[in-house]
Amino acid sequence: MIWLSWRQFRTQAIVAGCVLAAFAIALLVTGFSLAHLYSGSGLPGCQGRGTCVPAIQNFMNQMRGSVYAFVFYIGVAIIYGGSALVGAFWGAPLIAREIETGTFRVAWNQSVSRNRWLAVRVTMVGLAAMAGAGLLSLMLNWWVEPVYKATRFAPPDSSLSYGRLSPLLFGTGGIAPMGYAAFAFALGVAAGVLFKRTLPAMAVTLVGVGFVLLAWPNWVRPHLIPPVHQVLRLRPSAIEGFSTSANNSQMTIFAGVHKPGAWVLSDQVVTSAGHVFSGPATHACINGSPQACSASLAALHLNQLVSFEPASRFWPLQGYETGAYVLAAVVLALFCSWWISRRRLA
Amino acid sequence: MTAVLETRGLGKRYRKRWALSDCTLSVPAGHVTGLVGPNGAGKTTLLNLAVGLLAPTTGTALVLGGEPASSEEQLAKVGFVAQDAPIYAGLTVADHLRMGAHMNPAWDAGAAEHRISQLGLDPDQKAGKLSGGQRAQLALTLAIAKRPEVLILDEPIASLDPLARREFLQMLMEVTAEHELSVVMSSHLVSDLERICDYMIVLVASRVQVTGEVDALLGSHYQLTGPRCDPATLPEDWQIISASHTDRQSTLLVRSDRPIVDSTMTVDQIGLEDLVLAYMSQASRPVTRHANPASPDQSALEAQR
Repeated sequence: MIWLSWRQFRTQAIVAGCVLAAFAIALLVTGFSLAHLYSGSGLPGCQGRGTCVPAIQNFMNQMRGSVYAFVFYIGVAIIYGGSALVGAFWGAPLIAREIETGTFRVAWNQSVSRNRWLAVRVTMVGLAAMAGAGLLSLMLNWWVEPVYKATRFAPPDSSLSYGRLSPLLFGTGGIAPMGYAAFAFALGVAAGVLFKRTLPAMAVTLVGVGFVLLAWPNWVRPHLIPPVHQVLRLRPSAIEGFSTSANNSQMTIFAGVHKPGAWVLSDQVVTSAGHVFSGPATHACINGSPQACSASLAALHLNQLVSFEPASRFWPLQGYETGAYVLAAVVLALFCSWWISRRRLA
Repeated sequence: MTAVLETRGLGKRYRKRWALSDCTLSVPAGHVTGLVGPNGAGKTTLLNLAVGLLAPTTGTALVLGGEPASSEEQLAKVGFVAQDAPIYAGLTVADHLRMGAHMNPAWDAGAAEHRISQLGLDPDQKAGKLSGGQRAQLALTLAIAKRPEVLILDEPIASLDPLARREFLQMLMEVTAEHELSVVMSSHLVSDLERICDYMIVLVASRVQVTGEVDALLGSHYQLTGPRCDPATLPEDWQIISASHTDRQSTLLVRSDRPIVDSTMTVDQIGLEDLVLAYMSQASRPVTRHANPASPDQSALEAQR
């Protein structure tokens, strides 16, 4: 059974291996020069603002317009897009093609039970997908390590201030890509079993994986571990701006928060009683100087309510997220096994 | 000896349509059994139920005493070639044999390779490039080399040209003689089955019409021709399969366990093809349906059954 699974998977595996190898070469070539750029920037061993600020400016200037961002985003695209493609091109045809061509009647009449047949095929291709995703994640993490080290020094809201917990980058690091690959593959297999046709199954898989990967960071990930809520005194330096309504009865203050490496989910200005501050606008802020405005706001004793996932939660979040995706993959595979044992396909 | 195929009240419904209903039959081992019937009669459904690709809606099917596809041991006992002989188009002929070797504990590699070379197939050729006849031969080779106790073939020769058809049946006969295999094969052409089958199941409109050993069937059916007669006057132990009347003459196909001696009519033996066709047309005639309010003549015929 293992032989047949491999024989049917061989071409796909070689194609994927070639893509992976080509990207690995690109990462190797650029990775060493990126590490060199970091070590030469003065960031390692810099002390205090005096040396660190010029060093990070230097590093960011060299990064800007270079090939590095391009290579990195290719990697991000391969991880997310690759999951969807694995689902569509490895998962969907796995059984759908057998049904379309009638070859399942051959496979299921050898001396191998169809559940063993399914188990071997799904395990082999599924593990290959996970291994590929894991390898890609490992390579990309090695490559991007200097950039993440530099984020510690990056000024707020610069292009480097997004840590590995930010919604886009979280899924490209750690073990999460393996979970995505497993889930996408199993979704493809299940869609193939349900639709019995390769093309509709591929389309549904692409849409399904795309939807889940896009929706997940907003709707699910923040709830994997309840975020930390923190009340901070609103310092004038944190105020980034405000807006007022036409008659000045309403006022919204925008305040920034600097938590390197953390994922800030919400950031609101609240009154000392804990309600969201909504005005009215202070007199000084309508027609006074910025200094007077700041002083008038300080007199209101406002606070900042910040919800965030601290940087230290990267690995726990990775663990829960990967676990959830792998669990979903296992459930989908069990569904397929149950479905084909109902003997309704012939 | 356990029956090769034994069904009891077997039925399969697709949504509202019954593809097979109330099928009860028993095929003893050691026969080459032909399953005949017009297109859409339920032959494929019956065979798919027998190999466990379908689950029955009603009743049970046992193959060699076991539930179809219930275990790997059961799967090993049954060789199956599905309709249109599906094969993996992207795999070579040799790959197919390797697959068979890896997936069947009793695989007979020597016999498989011998047969492939006898057929003149190139082992390195992609199976998708084979002709219809070669494809069927490859599928049959796969099914045989796993060394099953029973071989189930669904319309194995329907799509073959006459020469390929002959070669296929030739190979099948050799193999059954060599390995003492039981075979159940379906076809909508009786002439194909006549040559090699010694047991027959006639399936029409999802129901089994007649089943039995070919010799016994031929020996108990008679064609009678003579002056026009009233069906009501015929002996009670005659089972009238078909009757046609002109003004002067009646032609009857009669099933009777005792030899028929009739001075007024000419008694002839009947060929297998005519016999099967008579059963097929009997099943498709509305008069045989019990629900129909029949004319007196027809109800007399009905009473004879």
